[in-house]
Amino acid sequence: MQQHAPRPSGPTGDGDNIIETRGLTKEFLGFVAVRDVNLKVKRHTIHALIGPNGAGKTTVFNLLTKFLRPTSGSIHFNGVDVTRTAPADMAGQGMVRSFQISSVFSHLTVLENVRVALQRPLGISFHFWKPRRTLHPLHERADELIEWVGLTPYRDVNAGELSYGRKRALEFATTLALEPEMLLLDEPMAGLGHEDIHRISSLIKRVAANRTVLMVEHNLSVVADLSDTITVLTRGSVLAEGDYAAVSTNPSVREAYIGGVHA
Amino acid sequence: MSFVVSERKAAPNLGSTSLRVLAVVAAGVLLAAAPFFVYPIFLMKALCFALFACAFNLLLGYGGLLSFGHAAYFGAAAYVCGYAAKTLGLTPELSILAGTAASALLGVGFGWLAIRRQGIYFSMITLALAQMVFFFCVQAPFTGGEDGMQAIPRGYLFGIIDLNNTLAMYVFVVAVFLIGFGIIWRTVDSPFGEVLRAIRDNEPRAISLGYKANRYKLLAFVLSAALAGLAGSTKALVFQLASLTDVHWAMSGEVVLMTLIGGMGTIFGPVVGAVIVVAMQNYLAHLGSWVMMIQGATFIACVLLFRAGIVGTIIHYLRARRGGSSGQA
Ligand SMILES: Nc1ncnc2c1ncn2[C@@H]1O[C@H](COP(=O)(O)OP(=O)(O)OP(=O)(O)O)[C@@H](O)[C@H]1O
Ligand SMILES: [Mg+2]
Repeated sequence: MQQHAPRPSGPTGDGDNIIETRGLTKEFLGFVAVRDVNLKVKRHTIHALIGPNGAGKTTVFNLLTKFLRPTSGSIHFNGVDVTRTAPADMAGQGMVRSFQISSVFSHLTVLENVRVALQRPLGISFHFWKPRRTLHPLHERADELIEWVGLTPYRDVNAGELSYGRKRALEFATTLALEPEMLLLDEPMAGLGHEDIHRISSLIKRVAANRTVLMVEHNLSVVADLSDTITVLTRGSVLAEGDYAAVSTNPSVREAYIGGVHA
Repeated sequence: MSFVVSERKAAPNLGSTSLRVLAVVAAGVLLAAAPFFVYPIFLMKALCFALFACAFNLLLGYGGLLSFGHAAYFGAAAYVCGYAAKTLGLTPELSILAGTAASALLGVGFGWLAIRRQGIYFSMITLALAQMVFFFCVQAPFTGGEDGMQAIPRGYLFGIIDLNNTLAMYVFVVAVFLIGFGIIWRTVDSPFGEVLRAIRDNEPRAISLGYKANRYKLLAFVLSAALAGLAGSTKALVFQLASLTDVHWAMSGEVVLMTLIGGMGTIFGPVVGAVIVVAMQNYLAHLGSWVMMIQGATFIACVLLFRAGIVGTIIHYLRARRGGSSGQA
């Protein structure tokens, strides 16, 4: 299937792919939401997962991030089988996700949102007897991240009071605090206006410079603009894969998904 | 600014720190002066229930976990403390520690079971477990059944200070309250508190950031149970009584009431709520069962008028005013 020239591979063999699934399948009470998906995401690319509503995109995300156990099949991250890993351990492995609805902590300030991600490596997150100022050394890095996404004026505002676009920006700052190798974004543009879409797009581009991004997105112009590879999912199965030009001209894709409406 | 501006720039939410300091000073003055104006026994009761409500609020307000069975920890500790003081003849501070430890242990077991479920199921499990504790207390030989465990000796603090002296007892209760309250305040403001609030706000996201949510919830549960036990133990010494009322589900409901009236998720809210409820029970006692009606009406009025509770509403109001003056669009 993959016809790209392979780079010198790492010790685990397929070093070119950061994530790889084999025969990934998920059934809900007999209903097959994801069927035999063999997904390969190349390192340092932006990979889009598209498909009509109910195609199983979020379910694939939930499987990759361990929020759901697959019925069958396996998941390999950086060559390691992570099929049975706990969801909270994926961050330590270098994979962080956002959610379709909202991924901010509404009653925490912008600063606290980022700080809570920064504090985990300190290993003090069970220390209920330590004062708040224990966390102050993290502020320098937090402020850098907040500035990077353009939220400096909102540093001490509760995240719940931010506009939709700024919440998305805050998500990025929080995610990047963990310095993940790979980001999974579930519909990062959902609910955003024109201008915000533009901003988040350029954020994703900047983030992806030295990272891998897998995203679900309905906005096809965003997909066309950002992604190196696109996988089309319909009714739980992969229908097509390739770059935008290849996918958008694929007749079965046009029929099943784009329905001939989009050029 | 680069983003489309669609909301007012609000005031920093940590700006309430100076307000808190002010409240602490005011509370200190109040606590010192109060026994000269109000019945000390009423004050001690209010302090015990205030601590109970604060402990409950740690779990509900900061952990987002609604327990319907907190009477179990309050009441079990009262019995254990009473048993330690009366039957074993321990000093009051050791008896209180025994009661607190018992509740912490109970919290480990019950919390471990309850946090496996979310929302209403979590609440139902805590209620069911608390009912088991209640029936155990009805049956067990050492609780005194319907009569309760009576004439618990207050004893001598550290073997020296006679707590039968009302003023000494009052000072002791104030000290216990301040220690418990201090632990809760510190916990909320700690690195742990920040993670706990994050889990409350968005559990899946916190997990994806690498936090094993259940462990944090369990620790919050145990701390809350232990501090509820501290309150229950102290109450047993104040009234020299541990009874079925302390473990009854109505007690679990009362602490929910206190917390919501005062304002959940605020440091001082539960204190205010507890004082209001205890005051109503005390000063309207001559009205008999009408107290329940008045209590219910107050609760409904509070929920309708101030959704965030009394203290929560005051904070919102102050923050909105400050935000208005410093707000640039
Ligand atoms: N927990 C679940 N239990 C039962 N069925 C589920 C569950 N989660 C998803 N499904 C079903 O699986 C199918 C795929 O859902 P999924 O959320 O993955 O779709 P999606 O591609 O993300 O759609 P959308 O574009 O609307 O977000 C749907 O038919 C959905 O009803
Ligand atoms: Mg989806």
